[in-house]
Amino acid sequence: MHELSITRSVVAIVSERAAGRRVTRLRLEIGSLAAVMPDAIRYCFDVCARDTTLAGAELQIDEIPGRAVCNDCGLEMRLNALTGRCPTCGEPNLRLIAGRELNIKEMETAPCA
Amino acid sequence: MCVTCGCGGENDGEHVHADGTRHTHSHRHALSVPGRDAQTIRLETQVLGKNQLVADRNRRVLAQRQILALNLVSSPGAGKTSLLERTLTDLKPEISIGVIEGDQATSNDAERIRATGVPAVQINTGTGCHLEADMLERAIAALNPPEGSLLMIENVGNLVCPALFDLGEAAKVVILSATEGEDKPRKYPHMFAAASVMLLTKVDLLPYLRFDAEQAVANALSVNPGLTVFRVSAHTGAGLREWYGWLRQSQQRCASALAS
Repeated sequence: MHELSITRSVVAIVSERAAGRRVTRLRLEIGSLAAVMPDAIRYCFDVCARDTTLAGAELQIDEIPGRAVCNDCGLEMRLNALTGRCPTCGEPNLRLIAGRELNIKEMETAPCA
Repeated sequence: MCVTCGCGGENDGEHVHADGTRHTHSHRHALSVPGRDAQTIRLETQVLGKNQLVADRNRRVLAQRQILALNLVSSPGAGKTSLLERTLTDLKPEISIGVIEGDQATSNDAERIRATGVPAVQINTGTGCHLEADMLERAIAALNPPEGSLLMIENVGNLVCPALFDLGEAAKVVILSATEGEDKPRKYPHMFAAASVMLLTKVDLLPYLRFDAEQAVANALSVNPGLTVFRVSAHTGAGLREWYGWLRQSQQRCASALAS
């Protein structure tokens, strides 16, 4: 369950950047081929965020579909698995161009009380 | 927004409110006070960026010392430690080798390795299901492997998580045993795609199993056409000569890369 250590990293990175401000919203970007399950991240987030400035923050996860380009015919296609074949020329020679993202996009911090 | 009167004007003088009200007062008060408004801050940060940074540093340190580091990954029970014991016993007269062992708990594996006469450092990951680059950095400092040596890193037995975490190794070596399913490479494509070498182990048991070795290799190559495959048995020694040949060649390449 690497999602636990990934969520810990997310909380550590965001806490540092928030520098004491309370974080109310956090937006992540996770590719569908990144081998990271958004539901597991959500599950871990509440636990990892407890007693930090991220406690209670809304977690938004944008899931990025996999996309690849065929190195043989140049066709761009949607990819639901790490490997596949070009639907046009049938070759397995694909280059992944999206779907392995694992990024923190932005955070929203609360106004000071 | 103006924090004193709530208008949306940015400049002195005339401005129009959302409801159409036109204001013409001279506007000298502050538009915002830092920290008083809710703020959206763009971060655009890679979650694994810090691990990558440390992994890159490990890779530089290892290259400078001409150390070939291999990250051994497999399911639990595939036979990583047994294969390692055999490899160390056979190669230690000619190559200087060090081992870093990763497990959630116990130092059993490091003790098994030390029994072969090779220095070993044990990392216990606790709740962690994989090694991370900073753990390797500390273990390298503790082991202090000599220049030009071979460093074998035995990762936590797990075919999922270790695929995501670069440690700074030269290559990942994935071990698939004949007592597992031949469809494992297709079930766990990330690991087989990330590896450079696959060792199909326990081939001495093939006569007693319904395991289709050809199909297993074909499945692995369908996920990663560039994979180098060796079929080996730590028990009988079958196929080890080819595996050792690859190790020697890779180590020589590692040493000459710095010389050139």
